[in-house]
Amino acid sequence: MFNFLARRLLSTLPVLLIVSLLVFLMLRLTPGDPAAVLAGDAASTEQIALIRTSLGLDRSIPEQFFIWFGHLLTGDLGQSYYYKTEVTTLIGQRLEPTVSLALVTITLAVLIAVPLGVMAAWRFGGWLDKGLMAFSVLGFSVPVFVSAYLLIWLVSLKLGWLPVQGYKRLADGFGPFIRHLILPSITLSVIYIALIARVTRASVSEALTEDYVRTARAKGLPEWRVLVWHALANAAVPIVTVIGIGLALLIGGVVVTESVYAIPGLGRLTVDAVLARDFPTIQGVILLFSVFYVLINLAIDLAYLALDPRIRY
Amino acid sequence: MDPALTELDAERAIPAPAVGPTAWRRLGKNWSVRIGGTVLALLLLASLAAPLLGTIDPSLIDPVNRDLLPGATGEVMLLTGETFPYKFWLGTDSYGRDIYSRVLYGGRVSLVVGVTVALLSLFFGVLIGLAAGTIRWLDGVVMRVMDGLMAIPGILLAIALVALWRASIWTVIVAITIPEIPRVVRLVRSLVLSIREEPYVEAARALGTPTLALMLRHILPNTLAPLIVQGTYICASAILVEAILSFLGVGLPTDVPTWGNIMAEGRLQFQEFPHNVLFPGIFLALTVLAVNMLGDGLRDTLDPRFAKRGDRP
Repeated sequence: MFNFLARRLLSTLPVLLIVSLLVFLMLRLTPGDPAAVLAGDAASTEQIALIRTSLGLDRSIPEQFFIWFGHLLTGDLGQSYYYKTEVTTLIGQRLEPTVSLALVTITLAVLIAVPLGVMAAWRFGGWLDKGLMAFSVLGFSVPVFVSAYLLIWLVSLKLGWLPVQGYKRLADGFGPFIRHLILPSITLSVIYIALIARVTRASVSEALTEDYVRTARAKGLPEWRVLVWHALANAAVPIVTVIGIGLALLIGGVVVTESVYAIPGLGRLTVDAVLARDFPTIQGVILLFSVFYVLINLAIDLAYLALDPRIRY
Repeated sequence: MDPALTELDAERAIPAPAVGPTAWRRLGKNWSVRIGGTVLALLLLASLAAPLLGTIDPSLIDPVNRDLLPGATGEVMLLTGETFPYKFWLGTDSYGRDIYSRVLYGGRVSLVVGVTVALLSLFFGVLIGLAAGTIRWLDGVVMRVMDGLMAIPGILLAIALVALWRASIWTVIVAITIPEIPRVVRLVRSLVLSIREEPYVEAARALGTPTLALMLRHILPNTLAPLIVQGTYICASAILVEAILSFLGVGLPTDVPTWGNIMAEGRLQFQEFPHNVLFPGIFLALTVLAVNMLGDGLRDTLDPRFAKRGDRP
């Protein structure tokens, strides 16, 4: 067990190293001089050169990488060219909206999708099952910004039930906080409901054909207990995997959703940083998301151990 | 099997039967293929034949006809000074440009990007995947780089890439292709690894077939069916990502009519004129839905055991 943990943790290191190399190279080898962007249109060549030296952009590419990577190891992501503050501070400020949105979304998706999937598997081929499959194809196809505008139009403009856009911090009170998060979370959760419900349906319907389910029914257990204790529990591994993958994929959706609903989170920060050619910020955010992705995969592997006693590493 | 579920054990993917005449016959009978194919053909035809379908110049700015509601009639004045009456079926935007014409012309960009990205990522994915699957010393290095690329959220990678180059149709295509390649590589590699163990490959090798011929003649044809399916899903995802890039303002220049650009401009006055956002959004959702249905149908007919979904924001 301990050996497995150690090996599994070590195996993430090369991936993280490659990610940081890719992120670094991608941004350094592209045309566009950040020094010139920073200096503005009116700057002279000397001023641009001065900025370039002060940022270390005049060194060779490998040198720049090692300097950057050394800072990275100490948790220093550098200073934003655009906001003139530490990237870590910047990320810290934008973390709350994104994390809240992601957590509310995934909670909503799991609460809706898992029961739906179980019901669909229970009445395999029935109307609920067919409806769920149709909904999931639709969920995969309607882009989040299309469904977002449809929801805003209906719920906020026509019915006036919820605020159109914006974000309220949790510190400002739970009521306004959750009211501002309802629409973005519903928008974002559609695709995850589709994804999780499909996997739940497939794996529960497979578990329902097992002998132990027949035995459980034969000994007279109530149907809900058969479904939850025998079918769902044994179908948990793929479901947990897909929830984990969903969490990792959530990041992509967050970028667009934050933009539509004017939420000042990490997604918005990325887009703004890209438009301003703010290298350190882009690198920092992409690295953060990639590390998160790697950690989620680690967590999924660990969850297998807890969920399926047959799995031993 | 469920698509999302089988994605999880793509490593164990089983080679599919090659595409042959019976496969074509089965395709014609599948309802997903019929509906998706028909809708897609209609959309393709409409965007190609846009000049013949009663459209006007999609970039024609006309201050007199600003912000018209769908169905309004007005006088269009061409740059030559010529005027004629025109019915704005889907209304106009805040520059007086005809939404109907812009949406039809916008379809060209989406379809070109979708198809090109699918072809390019299949081409490079097959190339790298075949190499990794057959050449042993290359395998480790290539797959670690692919793992690294996959850890970076695809949409963030695309946003960063496209914004750091100058946005044009080619940079958009390349930026969307790069995050898709690792997924194809993994698929091809896993297919190659399992096909390699087949008796017919062993027989061919025993007969002294050179490695290159072995790859091209015996292994590649058997990866075709899963690759066609994968290609349609990539196409759907590429159309979505292109729209997202345009919508976020980092995609094609705003003077090019794309669905994302039309929506990005329309969002500023969404409250008064929701049609500017909703019409291109509906077309976008319809196109992606059609491609996805086509993909599902292809998957079910060409190879029921194989399925793979790309990440969709």
